[in-house]
Order: sequence, then structure tokens, then C-alpha cells
Amino acid sequence: MLSRTASNLFWMGRHLERADTAARLLDVGQRITLLPNTEAGYQNEWNALLRASGTAEVFASKYGEATQEKIEEFIFFDRDNPSSVVSCIEKAREAGRIVRTALTSQVWDALNVAFQELRRIERTPRAKLDTATLTDFTTGHISTVRGAINATQLRNDGWHFMHTGYGLERADATARLLDVKYFVLLPRIEFVGSGLDTYQWQVILRALSAHRAFHWAYGGDISAARVADFLILNGESPRSLITSLYETVWHLEGIARRYGDSAPTSARDQARHSLEALQSRDIDMIFDEGLHEFLSWFIGEIGTISNRVHQDYLLGGA
Amino acid sequence: MTFYNEMLEGDRVRDPYARLSEWVETMPQDFRQMKQAEAEDLFRRIGITFAVYGEGGDPDRLIPFDMMPRVFEQAEWRKLERGIKQRARALNAFLRDVYGRGEIIRAGRIPARLVYRNEAYEKAVVGFVPPRGVYSHIIGVDLVRTAKDEFYVLEDNCRTPSGVSYMLENREIMMRMFPQLFRQNRIEPVDQYPQLLRHTLESVAPQKCDSRPTCVILTPGHYNSAYYEHSFLANLMGVELVEGADLFVDGEFVYMRTTQGPKRVDVIYRRIDDPFLDPLCFRPDSMLGIPGLMDVYRSGGVSICSAPGAGVADDKAIYTFVPEMVRFYLGEEPILNNVQTWTLWKDDDYRYVMDNLPDLVVKEVHGSGGYGMLVGPKSTREEVEIFRKKIEANPSNYIAQPTLSLSTCPTFVEEGVAPRHVDLRPYCLCGDRIELVPGGLTRVALREGSLVVNSSQGGGVKDTWVLSE
Repeated sequence: MLSRTASNLFWMGRHLERADTAARLLDVGQRITLLPNTEAGYQNEWNALLRASGTAEVFASKYGEATQEKIEEFIFFDRDNPSSVVSCIEKAREAGRIVRTALTSQVWDALNVAFQELRRIERTPRAKLDTATLTDFTTGHISTVRGAINATQLRNDGWHFMHTGYGLERADATARLLDVKYFVLLPRIEFVGSGLDTYQWQVILRALSAHRAFHWAYGGDISAARVADFLILNGESPRSLITSLYETVWHLEGIARRYGDSAPTSARDQARHSLEALQSRDIDMIFDEGLHEFLSWFIGEIGTISNRVHQDYLLGGA
Repeated sequence: MTFYNEMLEGDRVRDPYARLSEWVETMPQDFRQMKQAEAEDLFRRIGITFAVYGEGGDPDRLIPFDMMPRVFEQAEWRKLERGIKQRARALNAFLRDVYGRGEIIRAGRIPARLVYRNEAYEKAVVGFVPPRGVYSHIIGVDLVRTAKDEFYVLEDNCRTPSGVSYMLENREIMMRMFPQLFRQNRIEPVDQYPQLLRHTLESVAPQKCDSRPTCVILTPGHYNSAYYEHSFLANLMGVELVEGADLFVDGEFVYMRTTQGPKRVDVIYRRIDDPFLDPLCFRPDSMLGIPGLMDVYRSGGVSICSAPGAGVADDKAIYTFVPEMVRFYLGEEPILNNVQTWTLWKDDDYRYVMDNLPDLVVKEVHGSGGYGMLVGPKSTREEVEIFRKKIEANPSNYIAQPTLSLSTCPTFVEEGVAPRHVDLRPYCLCGDRIELVPGGLTRVALREGSLVVNSSQGGGVKDTWVLSE
């Protein structure tokens, strides 16, 4: 496979997942505004969520104070925001268009329909669009694309590259969101364990579409340790760090097995190593280590794996 | 002026159209509108965005698709096929000659100036003979019909003719929407084209290639207006679609960058023009090309289709000599006619053209896509005079032809079915064999009375049928 093709498939996966993350952020932001005011108004939560997508500065410099309309514009429509739904779907579709030959017609069709529909939504007056329509649109179409990928793509190296992109992006998004909770939502130690704390953990769960799953898995009581355990170490949770990394390793193994000795495997080796290091921890160790320190380490590992993927496969060995 | 109507002879429907005519007459209006919308939706979903060679325009534009097919009888097609293959052989013989000893010039049949001082003549490949002596591997011959058995060649596209994806997709969509038509009529298939193209490319593998050749399509990138076609063909042939940056030269060979390291490339079907192939040999500022490619090419390490320099055969000035080539190289009489052409750098021709400007079609020598041309009978006096000034400023930039009475085909229009003018571009493949799939791209001038079929000027496309015996 051409390195450029692999690169586009990898980034198609990442951008689709990133669009999904953006839509879920929007959903959470909407929920916050429907609840009674907290200490600092909504500002704090909105900023935390923007920080989760790494775009707080871009937003502040372009829009200033956060309002529902501005946030919606920014997270969904704004092309100046590289993580907006529109930006991500356009980039994913562009990547897909470049590698048309590596996609089945079902995948291309799903991707192209999402793109055409997005254009239609952009032309619709904003007053006629509610947040739920926008988030449902995004998660629906992204799921359709992903479903088409899993139902129709050959289980070849291209499929593995797409899923490696998905996995790394998802691991990164979950880790960042958790980190934001620790630093921004809860600046003062006396809040720990308070009603506000619990509520904020709920917000995180919602942002990861893991609200109900958590209750099934842990029987209802929300505590920092349980939520962190669910989102970091629970192998059943589809967005937990361990699941995302495990699946990434699985796909990198697939690539390494397919290529045999003809390509380097430093990405696979690094990912295996990171997974082992993660598996050797339990949630108490992570809290002892410090959640923020742990997440910084993890985000660093994801970055390293991504760089190794690039070096091993995406430069073409020239 | 009278026009040959391909469906009707007076009030009588010609045989090949018999069933189609019935189909149209019994078609309810709302059914037609529904199907038209369905076709457009299909094109949009497939993502066909396309422009015929050099036309430019919005990359996300759809070309109007006319659901009424154009039909050829087997006998009509046979003649066309022989004529096109004959032309293809002559054009390749000509290229081999002018990059070799130049016999046709020594014999005084073609002026040396027109060949050797032609912009498309590549000094860099003089003396090099590509595998099997084939320079132009895909020739798109643009034809118009003026009578039952009278076809004229408008031009030969020897470099990288586009539009073949339309030939294939038009058929695909017609078969999907109207399967019953294909059951009623016995229509020769065209979907073997990608396999034939791949076979053609593999058959011209370079000298140094000793196993099954690796072929690729080289595209200028996804911003190119014909990108859809490039990826479509790559997909149907099962070959990689590469950009310049995916390829590099190392030693004697060209390689592509893959996830498993460098992989050797043997045959490049390029969809970029000569000047952009190799910055070391042609334009030094080209970002599209592969430095060192031409050295590998000339030493037999890679084949390039079409061969660099093939463009000299489809120049509008050279065009007038193609019948001469057929006689000179093949010792045969041309089966297809050339359109009578006046070349304005000749004094006699210049005088004739200037005296008869309102009756003629005048084209730029290097122009394409229906731009920069004058259709005398369709122009106002003012337009003619403006054009006259342009010719006076630079006569050698123009050729003139009589206004041809292009045949018409029945075409869906607002108020039903009406005759509209059409042309035809079949695609001839030249490798170890010369092949022509039975079909081609029919372009139709959708505006009433218009003779310009280019999509940028209100043209559309049709499925083109060849009936089997």
C-alpha cells in the first residue's frame, strides 16, 4: 500500500472520531446550560470542554465570552476551529476522496452522503437547527461510516490503519477529557466528594457517552475512583483508555503480522509496551501517582505511538 | 443547412432505434422526471465530478446526463472501428518516424518546421524507441457524423484523452435504471475497458522489467478536475493511483513509497502533461514531477504512457497531414475523412478564410474545449469582425474549417424528445494489440441549434450503444 494512502486512511479514522468527540462535547455543553447555575456560571464548564478539544484559545480570541450560540457555531460549524464537526468531516471526506481506490463504494457513499448532508445543514438558517439535531446528525453519520467500514472493507492493512487512527484518537480524547476534569472543573480541594464533584463526573461520563454504561457496570454510585476506573481500566468500556489502547495494539499487530520482516515494527513494540505499563496499574496506584501525572504520561505514550506509526509506515522508507 | 437525423428518416424510424422509439413514446411524463432525478442523484452520490480534457470549471459540477441512448448498428460500428484503428497505427508510425529518421519529412510530405519546431516535439526523446514502438497508448478520436456513411475526424487526442469514466458510468447507470432496455436490445458491453487498458499497459513493460509489471496511474492530485476519472480507473484496474511525491528515482529504477518500503514501478500511465513529468528534464519549477524520471525512461527502466513527446501527433496543424500519414506508412487509403482545413499561415488559405469568415469555423491551433473559437454561421457580424482582428494579429495561431452539419440524436428536452447535435469519442488502445471497445463517449449540445458539445458550453453526455449482430 502507498504510504500516502495509509496516511490518509489513518487520518480519516482520526478525523471521524474527532468529529464524534466534538458532537458529544456540544451535547454536554447543552446539558450544562439546562441545569441550575454553579458557582462561576457556565463559563467554567464551557471553558473546560473547549480545553478538552484543545481549542479554548482559538475560541477566546475569536468569540470572547461564551454563549450557547457562539459555542454551537464554534464547535459545529467553524472552519477556523480545526476540531469542529465541519472541519473534521470535511478533512475525513477529503482524505477519503484522495484514497477512493482504497475504500469500498459503501464506505465512500456513507462518507459522501454525510458531507453532502452537512452542506445542506450549513445552508439551513441556524434558528431552525437545535443542538440535538446537530449531535444526532453527527453521531448518526459517523456511526454509519464506521459501520460501513466494518461491514464491507477488506480486513487488510488499510483497515488496520483506519482503526489505528480511530483507536489512538479515542484514547487521546478520553485522556484529555479526564485531565480537564481534574484541573479545570475542580480547582479547589474541598470540592472533592461534594455534590458539585459528582455532578462534574457525570458530565464527563456524558461527554464520553458512557453515562448509562457506567450505571450498569457499577450500580449507580458515582465516585471519582469508580468513574476513573471505568474510563481508564475497564476493558468493557468502549472508550476507556485500556480498550482504546488494546484495540490499537491489536491493529498494529495485524499490520506487523501482514508485513512480516519487510517493515519495521517500532510502533507495535511501543504500543505493546504502553499497554503493559497500563495493565500493571490499578486505580489506587493511579490516584497515588496523581491522576494528572498519570494522564500526562499516557498522552505522551499515545503521541509516541502515533509518531512511530508515521516513521514505520507513512514515509515510504525513502 | 440540413442535418442527418440518426433516428428518423423522414417519418420512418430507422431500425436500430425501433425499440427505443416505442420506449420513449409510451413513457409517462412523471416516470421520466422521476428517472431523471434518480440518475442525477446516482451521479452525485458516486461523486463523479469531471471535466473533459482542458475544459476547467467547477470541480464539483455535474455534466447533464441525457437518458436517451445513441445507437449504432454493428455494420456502422465495424467501419468506424477499422477507420480508427487505421488512424491509430498511422499516428504511432508517425511518432516513431519523427523521433527517428524523419522519413516522412525527407520525402517532403510534411514540412519539417511543423514537426521540429512544434511546442509538443520533445528533443529529449529523439532516438529513443519506447517498447513495441508505441508512443500513444490511448487515442481518443473525436468524430462527427454528417450522413449515413459519412464520418469526419475532428481531432486525434494522443496524449491523455479523458472522459472514458463517463462512457463506463453512463452505461452502468443506464443498466441500473432501465434493465428492460438491455433485455430488449442486444447491446455490446463496454465494461471490459479497464481490463483491456491494464493489459495494454502491461504489454509495454520496459526492457529491464523481468516479472509481471507493476503499473500505476500518475495523477496531478485530487484538485484536478479529472481526479474522479483517475481514481475510478485505478480502482477498476486494481493499480495504485500515485502523485509525483509518491514516486522517486533511485539508480536505474523508479520506486513508489509504500508502507513496506520502496516498491519498483514499471509502467506509469500518466495523467499529467509532458512539461510536468521531470523537473530535471522539463520545467524546473514543476512540483508535480519526479526528478530523474526521464533518465530512467530513456535507459529502459520504466515505461511512460503516453510517451513523452506523443503530443506532436495531435496538434491541430499536424492533423491536416494524418491522411497523408495513412498513405505513407500503411500504403492504404484513409477510411475516415479529415475535415477540410485551411491553415492560415499559408497565403492562399488566409485569403480564402478572410473572404468567407461568416461561413467558417475558426479554431486556435493549441486551443481546446470550445474556447477561443468562432462558429461563423452562429455569430453576429460584430463577433465575426472582432475575431477577424484577432486573426490578423497572429494568423499562424489559427486554422479554419467549413461548418459541418453535425448529425442529430433524439434527446430529452423540456417538451419531450427533440433532435440535438452530437459528436463521438471512442477510445482506442494500442499495445501488443490494437483494441477498441464497442462504444464511446457521446457528447450532445443540449441547447437547440447549438453545434458546440463541450460541457463548459452547455453540453451533456449520453450512453452510446453498439448493437450486436
